[in-house]
Amino acid sequence: MRTVLTVFVKEVIDNLRDRRTLASALIMGPIFGPIFFAFVINLSIERSIEDVERPLELKVLGQEHAPNLVRFLRSRNIDVVDGTLSRDAAIEAVKTGAHDIVLIIPDTFGQQLADTVPAKLELVSDQANTDADREARRVRNALAAYNQQLATIRLSARGVNPLLLMPLNIDEIDVSTASGRSAMLLGMMSYFFVFATLMGGMYLAIDATAGERERGSLEPLLSLPVTRDQLIFGKIAATCLFMALSLTLSLLSFYVVLKFLPLQQIGMTPNFGPGVVLASLLLFTPFILLGAALMTLVASFTKSYREAQTWLSVLLIAPTMPILIVSILTLRPKLEFMFIPSLSQHLLLVDMVKNEPVNNLHVAISVLSTFVFGILLTWICARLYRREGLLG
Amino acid sequence: MISVNEIHKSFGAIRAVRGVSFTAPDGKITGLLGPNGAGKSTTLRVLYTVLKPDQGSAVIDGIDVVTDSLGARQRMGALPHGSGLYPHLTARENIAYFAHLCGLDRTEIDDRVDEIIKLLEIEDFAERRTKGFSQGQRTKVSLARALVHDPQNILLDEPSNGLDVMATRSLRHLILKLKDAGRCVLFSSHVMQEVAALCDDICIIARGQVAINDSADGIRERTGCDNLEDAFVHAIHRVADD
Repeated sequence: MRTVLTVFVKEVIDNLRDRRTLASALIMGPIFGPIFFAFVINLSIERSIEDVERPLELKVLGQEHAPNLVRFLRSRNIDVVDGTLSRDAAIEAVKTGAHDIVLIIPDTFGQQLADTVPAKLELVSDQANTDADREARRVRNALAAYNQQLATIRLSARGVNPLLLMPLNIDEIDVSTASGRSAMLLGMMSYFFVFATLMGGMYLAIDATAGERERGSLEPLLSLPVTRDQLIFGKIAATCLFMALSLTLSLLSFYVVLKFLPLQQIGMTPNFGPGVVLASLLLFTPFILLGAALMTLVASFTKSYREAQTWLSVLLIAPTMPILIVSILTLRPKLEFMFIPSLSQHLLLVDMVKNEPVNNLHVAISVLSTFVFGILLTWICARLYRREGLLG
Repeated sequence: MISVNEIHKSFGAIRAVRGVSFTAPDGKITGLLGPNGAGKSTTLRVLYTVLKPDQGSAVIDGIDVVTDSLGARQRMGALPHGSGLYPHLTARENIAYFAHLCGLDRTEIDDRVDEIIKLLEIEDFAERRTKGFSQGQRTKVSLARALVHDPQNILLDEPSNGLDVMATRSLRHLILKLKDAGRCVLFSSHVMQEVAALCDDICIIARGQVAINDSADGIRERTGCDNLEDAFVHAIHRVADD
């Protein structure tokens, strides 16, 4: 035990002095995630706010043919401006992207309206352009409302109840809570937690085998009167510590970032208080051991530091794959998912963030199975550390 | 005291060591001499237990290196070829780390590290991080590390590699000091003169076999050569001809 502790302490001191390890444990994982996250969330907040508040500038060709319609559009926060000169020019302008959307009012509009035949309007847009499509939808909604208004006036004028045109009254009841709506975007958080955890211990994991070997310090170390198990356990323990450090910092920085993001404006109130932060840390604890052992194991097969780095970079992505797949398919937590490390942590974290009751059995399975995997991989690491081939 | 008895070691098709036997007694310096790739390092690696022999056995102070490798390691200090240090630790920390791992009593570690630092004349750079040390400084620290627990048996794999004249000289003095203290010193080299100047017993290895094992005078006598270099060439040719 004393030997394991000696190795552990030495590895911690050694790596605290290594700028590269510190950068990956204290900066890359914990800072990169929240910044990226804040950027994405901010972008989506800005957009959804823009939609409602910003006046939409609409090019209209021939607005003199429909003064009432133009007035109606202006009342809907749509800024009508004079469009291009001809219909062809307008279509061309939308095609090239010079204008997003153009409304063409033909000179027959007034006459057709007076004759009560459907009056023709042309809305030119590029439906492949998602940005313009949102604007087109706003214009379409406004036009539909105007259409409804005219129909109501016409029916009333003929003594018909306009409600006849509304056989259905659809009232949508949205049961999602503000926390629930947060889940989709905030589900991304667990990806960053997994990433930060692994990133924090990457260089220590490499150092245990490939690093020591390349430096020439492995053979002197192995010729000492200690068992190799003691060496590898001390090293994995130090790797765990750095991973835990990186994870904790990552959780804290997310806590801070979420506080400052105006999430309420897009109807999200993530449940990510100090209690959930602590619960997440505990939930991810078995994953730390698993991650440390897995990285050490993979690094032990490599011939050089550089090769180890390449493989471990690939490995950084592996545990995030189940999370990605489940996020895309929007699968609900199931009992069998709890046996899959990283995925189980993700699903349970999402439940907590959504402020939904967390299934205790799920937690128990997640913690136990991840822990068992971790122990198993640590044992394999120790077995491999006894090989002669370790010297390369 | 180290005795090696008919050890064999192959790496795939390459038979690195083919039945090497010799004895390195206490209070004497034994040299493993041989050309590059002769099997010197492999023999030493078997002795400091990072490799297991395919056949044969080796015993250190009566402890078998295979059946009780931990016990054998306790009895020796090894300087493997191209030993590296931890660049972020100071020379002192590098040495203290090994002292801790060797199980030295916590209370005596500081004193012992001071002692070994003085013995190897490391004082000037003991508190510096080892990153950027010269080869000579690195070897000194590596040696200090290997000797920190005051082992009875000392195994040095090409310790003089890359050392300048002064560093080689102080290494030689140290080895003689260890001999005078009654230690068993076994070191490998491919430099004839070095072995001739230092060793009481010389074991010439070629192609994984012992070509000749005797004192310097004994070797000269047995090969009928006046100088050791000719004897060396003669002995090696004899193995090659087999």
